[in-house]
Amino acid sequence: MPKNPEIKKVLVIGSGPIVIGQAAEFDYAGTQACRSLKEEGVEVVLVNSNPATIMTDKNIADKVYIEPLTAGVLEQIIRKEKPDSLLPTLGGQAGLNLGMELAESGFLDRHGVKLIGTTAETIFKAEDRQAFKDTMEKIGEPCAPSLVVHNVEDGIAFTNTIGYPVVLRPAYTLGGSGGGIARNETELMEILANGLRLSRVGEVLVERCIAGWKEIEYEVMRDGAGNCITVCNMENIDPVGVHTGDSIVVAPSQTLGDKEYQMLRTSALNIISELNITGGCNVQYALHPTSFEYCVIEVNPRVSRSSALASKATGYPIAKVAAKIALGYTLDEIKNAITGKTYASFEPMLDYCVVKIPRLPFDKFITAKRSLTTQMKATGEVMSICTNFEGALMKAIRSLEQHVDSMMGYDFTGLSQEELKKRLEKVDDRRIWVIAEALRKGISYEEIHEITSIDLWFIDKIAILVEMEERLKQEELTVELLKEAKRLEFPDNVIAALAGKQETEIRDMRYANGITAAFKMVDTCAAEFAAETPYYYSCFGSENEAAGVLCSARSSDVCPKNGTSEDGCPNDSCLENGNSETRLSSDVCPGNGERPGAVGRKKVLVLGSGPIRIGQGIEFDYCCVHCTWAFAKEGYETIIVNNNPETVSTDFDIADKLYFEPLTPEDVESIVRLERPDGAVVQFGGQTAIKLTESLMKMGVPILGTKAEDVDAAEDRELFDKILEETKIPRAAGGTVFTAKEAKEVANRLGYPVLVRPSYVLGGQGMQIAYSDGEIEEFMEIINRIAQDHPILVDKYLQGKEIEVDAVCDGTDILIPGIMEHIERTGVHSGDSISVYPAPTISKEVKEKIVEYTRRLARALHVIGLINIQFIAMEDDVYVIEVNPRSSRTVPYISKVTGIPIVDLAAKVIIGNTLKGMGYPTGLAPEAEYVAIKMPVFSFEKLRGAEISLGPEMKSTGECLGIGKTFDEALYKAFLGAGIQLPKYKQMIMTVKDADKPESVGVAKRFEALGYKIYATRSTAKYLKQNGINARRINKISQESPNVMDLILGHKIDLVIDTPTQGRDKNRDGFLIRRNAIETGVYCITAMDTAYALAESLEHASVSGELNLIDIAKVKNI
Amino acid sequence: MKAFLILEDGTVFEGTSIGSAREVISEIVFNTSMTGYLEVFTDPSYAGQAVVMTYPLIGNYGITPDMESTRPWIDGCIVRELSRIPSNFRCQGTIQDFLKNHDIPGIAGIDTRALTKILREKGTMNGMITTNENYQIEEVISKLKAYRTGNVVDQVTCQTASLLKGKGKRVALLDLGAKKNIAKSLQQRGCEVTIYPARTLAEEILGENPDGIMLSNGPGDPKECKEIIQEIQKLYASGTPVFAICLGHQLMALANGADTYKMKYGHRGGNHPVKDLETGRVYISSQNHGYVVDADKLAPGLAVSAFVNVNDGTNEGLRYTEKPVFTVQFHPEACPGPQDSSYLFDKFIEMMGGNQ
Repeated sequence: MPKNPEIKKVLVIGSGPIVIGQAAEFDYAGTQACRSLKEEGVEVVLVNSNPATIMTDKNIADKVYIEPLTAGVLEQIIRKEKPDSLLPTLGGQAGLNLGMELAESGFLDRHGVKLIGTTAETIFKAEDRQAFKDTMEKIGEPCAPSLVVHNVEDGIAFTNTIGYPVVLRPAYTLGGSGGGIARNETELMEILANGLRLSRVGEVLVERCIAGWKEIEYEVMRDGAGNCITVCNMENIDPVGVHTGDSIVVAPSQTLGDKEYQMLRTSALNIISELNITGGCNVQYALHPTSFEYCVIEVNPRVSRSSALASKATGYPIAKVAAKIALGYTLDEIKNAITGKTYASFEPMLDYCVVKIPRLPFDKFITAKRSLTTQMKATGEVMSICTNFEGALMKAIRSLEQHVDSMMGYDFTGLSQEELKKRLEKVDDRRIWVIAEALRKGISYEEIHEITSIDLWFIDKIAILVEMEERLKQEELTVELLKEAKRLEFPDNVIAALAGKQETEIRDMRYANGITAAFKMVDTCAAEFAAETPYYYSCFGSENEAAGVLCSARSSDVCPKNGTSEDGCPNDSCLENGNSETRLSSDVCPGNGERPGAVGRKKVLVLGSGPIRIGQGIEFDYCCVHCTWAFAKEGYETIIVNNNPETVSTDFDIADKLYFEPLTPEDVESIVRLERPDGAVVQFGGQTAIKLTESLMKMGVPILGTKAEDVDAAEDRELFDKILEETKIPRAAGGTVFTAKEAKEVANRLGYPVLVRPSYVLGGQGMQIAYSDGEIEEFMEIINRIAQDHPILVDKYLQGKEIEVDAVCDGTDILIPGIMEHIERTGVHSGDSISVYPAPTISKEVKEKIVEYTRRLARALHVIGLINIQFIAMEDDVYVIEVNPRSSRTVPYISKVTGIPIVDLAAKVIIGNTLKGMGYPTGLAPEAEYVAIKMPVFSFEKLRGAEISLGPEMKSTGECLGIGKTFDEALYKAFLGAGIQLPKYKQMIMTVKDADKPESVGVAKRFEALGYKIYATRSTAKYLKQNGINARRINKISQESPNVMDLILGHKIDLVIDTPTQGRDKNRDGFLIRRNAIETGVYCITAMDTAYALAESLEHASVSGELNLIDIAKVKNI
Repeated sequence: MKAFLILEDGTVFEGTSIGSAREVISEIVFNTSMTGYLEVFTDPSYAGQAVVMTYPLIGNYGITPDMESTRPWIDGCIVRELSRIPSNFRCQGTIQDFLKNHDIPGIAGIDTRALTKILREKGTMNGMITTNENYQIEEVISKLKAYRTGNVVDQVTCQTASLLKGKGKRVALLDLGAKKNIAKSLQQRGCEVTIYPARTLAEEILGENPDGIMLSNGPGDPKECKEIIQEIQKLYASGTPVFAICLGHQLMALANGADTYKMKYGHRGGNHPVKDLETGRVYISSQNHGYVVDADKLAPGLAVSAFVNVNDGTNEGLRYTEKPVFTVQFHPEACPGPQDSSYLFDKFIEMMGGNQ
């Protein structure tokens, strides 16, 4: 069936801000789909509130609206743009819910817009709990016994018939928000009440608990003609009970025989057919470990996190194919882009093993519960590929960048057998390390399996790794042993530590014996057909397929056989096989003919930013992808190294070559030895890439752009102080320390409060404001839990307006696209602050100072490329907080709202262009005619026990944009985009610390004027009353009911304003109030400035009518 | 113990010996299925071939009751890695012991992807698995070049006819190397199945007056089966409904004047898309064949192409116009592989007049 000619203009819904459960995978899917649609000549209108995404770029869609994702805004866009179709299956649950809402209300019909990619009926059948159950029953697919309930009483009654434990799953929530396992009536009441409230439709499924069964997923595709295929199946190492997003997952399944595999595959195809899905779909199963009994857990009738993983694991571009199917194509008409020969109607065959490990945020939320449940907690994930499972697991572990690179990474050696058995019962992110220790202590496979329900096959694989550790410790390190250790992907440093040698000795021994990484292709077909796409992974003990050598005109430099190379062949095995020369060249240089200038092009290595985590999010992927495109435009051959399966950068058609590898020095060196790049860019990949700078230089790879020593100068306290002195730029007084004793000395010299933070971190990790010696001790202890290579900084804490700029510098001139001002005063991490462009409240003098300081700093640090600076403005004085000579979180946002493509400019400057030469003005660009506000978005409700109060350490997971003609409108949109839709009940609670009391009066007045009933705890209430506010006093938690907790749990509160006193005491009232507010879905503000902003936004909301919609694709400043 | 795989083109892979330590010469073919190694090893169609599994981790679930015949038929087993322990609730033993017990040699620990690429580029070729470290390469190569698989159908077919009781249609299954699941698929649909040795004369089969005849899959070059083809001509002429799979499909085509030719490296795996030309629907099929029918040589109008391979356009099925005869190149009985085309057995039941 060819393309449907009626589809000419499609509205695509993105997934909005990054939150736990809905991350970068939808930028990947959306970007791929938009490109796929445009390729077909379809006009694409895109709406997504997330400015950090690649999909919201003007070269991805024709019209781009970075507007709040609400039904109202979508209706307005549809009226304005008049699309003929709406594609809702690429924007995750958020997109799907919106599409459903518009279809249900009849709006789409009234405006002649067709849902494509799915139907409202399909969404209903898959998402509505009862409809889903009925559908499954109809086609004989088993589900666990369950009942949809709308109130707690029915839940209890039903559970009494099937017995505890039960699983609770609220309908229409993402990442399983509000779900959980209840083991008794108390737990049931608590989780159920919460789930009912979080569900969009007040529905929760109560289900027989099948915890401990194998969790298996299938990614399936279906076209309009009814053709179905499975892309991939995946097996969760963690059995049912842990959200698949938090599980370690392997693809393909490892412990299923063909009977089980085909049974579930057939079931998945029956389901996708019955649901009449056209596009991609994910089906999750629980499979009984000792029988053929299975249950369908869930169906996602859209692209999902799992489909992103499946795409990267197999090379099958699910989103792209789904978009083509939405246009009417059938699977057998869509080419397989990897092979270029076969079609999308086939099933990928893997000849390798893929492991995914979630990136959990417990390093950021040290008070949060580490236990893993059916509620997802991971912010991101890494994927690794190897020819064996052990190797893939080892590669994935080190890709996480959590200072862990082996099965010895977390120390449980102190635990006895009995303690270990107890510990194994705890399902958390360190369980595989506990298993490793249990194996070391001689606990049997069977016993471990008994406790964890993890399959023996996986336990044996961990045992193989543990045995290798022991061999390396005990035996002499022979070449054979080293080979075997490398086959299992033990990194050199771990081998060295175990064998009692230096890392360099291991490295030398490897090279001397030809033990080097070989690169294999991900080709969708297990080598059955020649593939055209250079998508590689490494393994040891194999023939190399990635012929960097043969693709390059400079092959003479690196070819080992002609003797011109200095240090031998970088890929020793590449030409060893006598027969392989012609084969290699035909395989790996297919693009030579098609890629003009492939021969003789310079090669640039782009280092990605690894897993999405708090502090290093999707924005760095945006930067990496744009820099890759910019280098490609300039005629470079581009090579991306990254390990994040959710991102656009790891799509196989972004760079000329993709290496899906851990971002450690050793792994990168293997690629460098093969590819011999002319240079590497590290300034776009966040701290992950920056950290590789030194190693790259040692490998002889030139760092393109700002030099490593200048990056160091910005981080090194002494060097940086010297620069500030020379450039006459003031900063807060401070000092560098290593110990708590030194820190206290510095703090007392400066006077409290002081800011304490480690150097070389992103997202203010470990950064705290200390008010006393006691707090210094506490914070230093936390920082020093991880050995610090660099000193810790202690600075006087200045409270003022926080200002941020990003600039491009060509060594002489700078271009600042815009100055951003934070609504929250200093003390709140810049990533957690509401950021406003153009800066609304600072004077012309301050702006000029900022421009001048930026110029001086950029020059003094010899910046070539991007620089990000944070300032404090106090009256007319400007102080520097920190300088990062690299891309930053705000780069995508400021590029989009100013229309100045600063990543492209930075890349061009790095190559040697000047700003003037490219026709750009220098200094501060003229201000835009509208206001753009970046609003942080948090995922606190997903993290039980996490402290939510804002401070110098970043806690937000994502952001959204509000863009408007006025400040008020932009602010209103920003809050709306962040999902804060007030008022509801017009009741709020205030409890503020003494220092904030004077300001609280102004805030309270404004809310009172908006019609809010204000409750306050004793001292706040007293203060407000004294100042003429009708505040109602409410009891503290420790006091008798009704107290503040009853009020919050009574679900009648819109808002809690709680500014915390310092310290991290989890038992304080404030902490409990904040946690309970968050967990019951009440918006909670912890900074007075945010409260002001919200009041302002609400005042605007009460007067505003239609919103002004701004097409970002048309924004142009210069 | 070390083992070597030596290919006809002189390539040598060094690995570890698995299974029997005896030396074997065979045709080397690769299979891309990620599960179902046991079904592959016990599929009689692999007689005369040593199989490379492209999926690197083999033996994860050990030996289960899923054998497709009474024993493994492969000449040799070539894998990257055999699992140290098998894990499955139905596991009855390890691949390691299974190969040893059946005296089947194999090699593990080699770069199976590199090997697959050689077979893909140069085509299926002969190879030797040996544990003799002192092999003489020239000698081995000349032996490999001289080696011919020969007629293997006679080795794999049953010795005597047998009956599987059923209350529905009576089907005669000509065992050319049949996988168990063919008979099982028919039985599940109520059929009574009589399994005949490959050399059974047409008269004997037709004398029992079956409702339909099923020609099974099987090994080797179809053109070697000259006498069987003659009998199949008679079966065709009888007008009895015939459904044929794989080798059966090829023999029926040859019986009607078509040609077959050897493919460069064949189709072996569970992911091959075949298109039903009648409906336009595409099904993912299980496949295992090194030869393919050249339908152009068929007399015009005798048969129409019923299925085609979406990847390479080769013939995947024929519907004969003058007789109730329907044949497919792929494996609707699956095992291993997708069950998408099992509806063809239902179609066969319909051809025989349907279940009452």
